[in-house]
Amino acid sequence: MAKTAQLDTSKHAEQRSPAREALHHLMRHRSARAGMVILGLLILMAIFAEVISPYDPTELLKDVKRREPPCIHILGCPADKPEHIFGTDGNSRDLFSRVVFGSRLSLQVGIITMFFAILIGLIIGAVAGFAGGWLDNLLMRFMDVLMAFPSLLLSIAIVSVLGIGLINALLAIGIVSIPRFARLVRSTVLSVKEMEYVQAARALGASPLHILFKRILPNAITPLIVQGTLGIATAILDAAALSFLGLGAEPPRPEWGLMLSEERNSIFSAPHLVFFPGLFIMLTVLGFNLLGDGLRDALDPRLSRSSAA
Amino acid sequence: MLQYITRRLLLLIPVVIGILLVTFAIVRLIPGDPCVVMLGEKATKEKCDAFKERYGLNDNIMVQFGRYLVNVAQGDFGISLRFGRPVTDMIAERLPLTLELTFGAMLFSTFFGILLGVISAIKRNSIIDTITMILANIGVSMPVFWLGLLLAYVFALLLKDTPFYIPPSGRFTSGISLVPLAKYWGLTDLQGLQKFVVTFLSNTVLVNAFITGDWNKFKDAVWHLILPSVAVGTIPMSIIARMTRSSLLEVLGLDYVRTARAKGLIERLVISKHAMRNAMIPIVTIIGIETGSLLSGAVLTETVFSLPGVGTALVGAILARDYPVVQGFVIVVGIIFVVVNLVVDVSYAYLDPRIRLE
Repeated sequence: MAKTAQLDTSKHAEQRSPAREALHHLMRHRSARAGMVILGLLILMAIFAEVISPYDPTELLKDVKRREPPCIHILGCPADKPEHIFGTDGNSRDLFSRVVFGSRLSLQVGIITMFFAILIGLIIGAVAGFAGGWLDNLLMRFMDVLMAFPSLLLSIAIVSVLGIGLINALLAIGIVSIPRFARLVRSTVLSVKEMEYVQAARALGASPLHILFKRILPNAITPLIVQGTLGIATAILDAAALSFLGLGAEPPRPEWGLMLSEERNSIFSAPHLVFFPGLFIMLTVLGFNLLGDGLRDALDPRLSRSSAA
Repeated sequence: MLQYITRRLLLLIPVVIGILLVTFAIVRLIPGDPCVVMLGEKATKEKCDAFKERYGLNDNIMVQFGRYLVNVAQGDFGISLRFGRPVTDMIAERLPLTLELTFGAMLFSTFFGILLGVISAIKRNSIIDTITMILANIGVSMPVFWLGLLLAYVFALLLKDTPFYIPPSGRFTSGISLVPLAKYWGLTDLQGLQKFVVTFLSNTVLVNAFITGDWNKFKDAVWHLILPSVAVGTIPMSIIARMTRSSLLEVLGLDYVRTARAKGLIERLVISKHAMRNAMIPIVTIIGIETGSLLSGAVLTETVFSLPGVGTALVGAILARDYPVVQGFVIVVGIIFVVVNLVVDVSYAYLDPRIRLE
């Protein structure tokens, strides 16, 4: 099975560009497809949040009771009651609208933190790997120390310095994620730095910056995409965790972790208030995890395709 | 082997100094006058000067860091600004619960993770395999605190009147409390390390119940630890299951496994005596890496199950800007994490002799 698949790829490789080849593998990867469907729906939900949600996510509704269970008309809820498909929360706000707007926040959180972490990690890793010597040692030992802490704990410590708030929480999660990207970029730089095509560029008189950006760093793009996608999943989970602890987003922001935290004491009386926000955190994280696994299998031929099926 | 362990222990020193440097820097990096940060906005000039004098804040920063190192090495993490008592005492009270929870979660995740992974690998591409791997994917993506709340809902409310009821909060059924070991042993006037150890053991519920020989208390404590341990252990369990599956599948394709089968060994022995030995190496690594997520998960889950551990103390300290407490707990958890990773590396060397000889 594995052998025939490999033969196939080598035959097709002559006809297709590497990017199309990777896309082809990605589309055939079961979990990647599932991940893309989930994320596609979530992105649509985030873009059209205003259209989808029936109420303003922060509006306190006057005509409803607090913590009402879901009321869906086609499922037998009396037609004279206002429809709230996920019910209402402890401040009598429409939970569905809050969850829908939460998708916007969560996706932004994941993508912004990873963009920040990859950018800084790329700079640190490239400088360390390219310059070598004491600078490499200094930067990498610092990265080692950051990795010596459990990541969530370090983000908590950083938030304690920066102060409580969503932006600071994002910054903390971003800082904590830097080391793995820095290591990744550094190891790529080290592995290709001495290769002949790089020496050839140097012999042709290319400037060090040209060599670094045009010849060396393109090699790091693939692993960065894979790690970045998986990193978004972790970042979303950690951001929700910080908000849950009361160190991240502040009320009345419709952040899923915060929504869970606000209603965690009503788990026995109004479980829907805990269930739905958590479910959407899980779906979002699942989407990025599945897509990341698929990307790793599609983009990195060195890894076996069987392990993540 | 001994040489290897010694070398690894020596390598630990710079990492621990790094951890201390980071935690030291964290508090120094707080914007504003340290005195205002520590004593609040209302602090007068005289109070500030006395404060700076007392904590040596007027000295050179390197001198300060040196003094900090010496203090921490002696087990002195400073005084809590909020409670006015030594941070070390708070650590002795709060750390045991977090460690018990981490340990329980580790047992759960390792046992079930390896079990599910082995089953999936043996029954590859069967329904069981597919379901396990889908569940593993979902398990990895679940927020710990959400899972904890759902477990509490199912086991404490839906199954309330069945034998499957499991309590959702606290360390004991109400009415049961711990006997402090100092009292049990009739010790008074404990100081320093002795005091720390006795308080620590006393608050480690399982150890306390074991020493005092109270089995009902022991069972009750284990019963209360089940839900939080399962919540904390689910993500690592999913990761361990996936790793076990792929690692075992890889080994099962090797020639020596075929030889073992060819000579007529029964399948159970092929798996347990031959294949698992080699498949264990990546699994052990993953378990080590996951300790970090177990510790983080324990910190998060405590708030859900209202357990008095490091997590609740840490969050309370951050909200109250009680920096010595934040510093102390972060250092302790960081060092535990580093030590666990050391243990993993050593067991790695035990499993794979090539590493020792490098």
